[in-house]
Amino acid sequence: MKSPVTFRLNGSETAVFVDSGANLLDVLRRGCGDLSPKYGCGQGSCGACTVLIGGEPHVSCLVLAETVAGRSVETTGGLSNGPDLHPLQRAFIEGFAAQCGYCTPGMLMSAKALLDRNPSPTRSEVEEAISGNLCRCTGYEPIIDAILEAAKQRGAA
Amino acid sequence: MAIHHGRGFASINYPIGMNLGGDPSQALVHSTPDGKFKVTLSSIDLGQGIKSVGRQLAAETLGVPVEDVFVDTADSDTGPHDMGSFASRGTHRMGNAIIRAATEARAQLLEAAAEELEVDASDLVTDGRGNIHVRGAPSRSISVEATATAAQFNQGRTLAGRGIFLVPLSEVDSVTGEMTPVSSFAHAALIIDLTVDDETGEVEVQNINSAYEVGRALNPRLVEQQLIGGAWMGVSHALYETTEPNYPERSHGPIDFNHYLQPGPGDTVPHHISVLERPAPDAPFGGKGPGEMCANPVLPAIANAVFNAVGVECDSLPITPEKVLRGIRANGGARPQGRPGA
Repeated sequence: MKSPVTFRLNGSETAVFVDSGANLLDVLRRGCGDLSPKYGCGQGSCGACTVLIGGEPHVSCLVLAETVAGRSVETTGGLSNGPDLHPLQRAFIEGFAAQCGYCTPGMLMSAKALLDRNPSPTRSEVEEAISGNLCRCTGYEPIIDAILEAAKQRGAA
Repeated sequence: MAIHHGRGFASINYPIGMNLGGDPSQALVHSTPDGKFKVTLSSIDLGQGIKSVGRQLAAETLGVPVEDVFVDTADSDTGPHDMGSFASRGTHRMGNAIIRAATEARAQLLEAAAEELEVDASDLVTDGRGNIHVRGAPSRSISVEATATAAQFNQGRTLAGRGIFLVPLSEVDSVTGEMTPVSSFAHAALIIDLTVDDETGEVEVQNINSAYEVGRALNPRLVEQQLIGGAWMGVSHALYETTEPNYPERSHGPIDFNHYLQPGPGDTVPHHISVLERPAPDAPFGGKGPGEMCANPVLPAIANAVFNAVGVECDSLPITPEKVLRGIRANGGARPQGRPGA
């Protein structure tokens, strides 16, 4: 059975019919056409599907789509403002913090949640914030450095 | 019960590419009517950067801005043939093929420009900023864009090139067994500093110092990125990752990311890298590419460092706390090997 769900997706009011039991990741990708959250493991262990719900990071593969009714959902697809990249996106690009790129959207969202509540995190706070996001290429170091750099840039701005 | 420090060293010669029946790669380069160049490859970029490096090589060879070159690796069914992205061969094999294809396309570009300028093509040079002019006479010039448009709509000429690079099959000498399986070698040396807890068997890598000789580092940031990430993977293989169960039942083994151990963001290791550049004569602008050897020396260096720390020789991977503790027990206790000069 399908039911209508209305929520804010990256600031825009969005209405979509969802199958009961459908997960948010599937609804974002297939229902809303937002391909920025990635399907990695489908069981909440890899973090590639991380989105923000009410500003908090969640693995969207484990979230029932109906539970976001009336709430605000943010994805990497909404990070940039037109051609203006988010400081995190700029820092990731300039710091070569992606290789295959599959973990990157999840990393960005976990990092955004961190910086939104803690604008100048320590290195270990950054490590903690992305500890639910697996990366197989970079060895994490460039990602941690990029998040710290973005915090610095945002502080300076 | 104590924490023991250990240092281990490993060095490698790493062969670029392979030789099982020959090792070819093909590339095609063509211009659009507005003077951009497309490089068509079947190389797959899974993060190692062949699209970036291929773009640089094509732009350098064509003599046009790198912004005007686009690499398409979309489809191995419709693209020109490549053996694949493995054996650390991408930059070397495909890079050479791209240079050949771009060289042919450049010759056609200059011929088309020569026809427009009514000069001899051998007198023309590119400025790397999107213009072609007569050598020594910059005012006698035409843009790459205008040349491509004229070639397409006035001259009826393609600006395109084909390239193949083949390392042919090396026959085995029937008397000596000698053969040449590869065309060039890259080299690395790496030092690991770590600690071993003789109570828990836990190994903690504390420092990596390495030197890599990769020919010319065509894109230094990509080289460094690949080396850092690859060394992390080496640490992961040496100490954590296994699909084997820790206990005899197969069903006790890891079946998902929750149980398949890997170091996380809190387990990164400071890594100081020295990249040594000795351009290789048969490589594209001298670049051999780091590839698999990013991870290779890490594993033996860690095994050597564990031996140095507690005197346990592990001959299977990963070096788990259980193996370390069994080794210590078999030896009747930890046997630090000491460090010359320390």
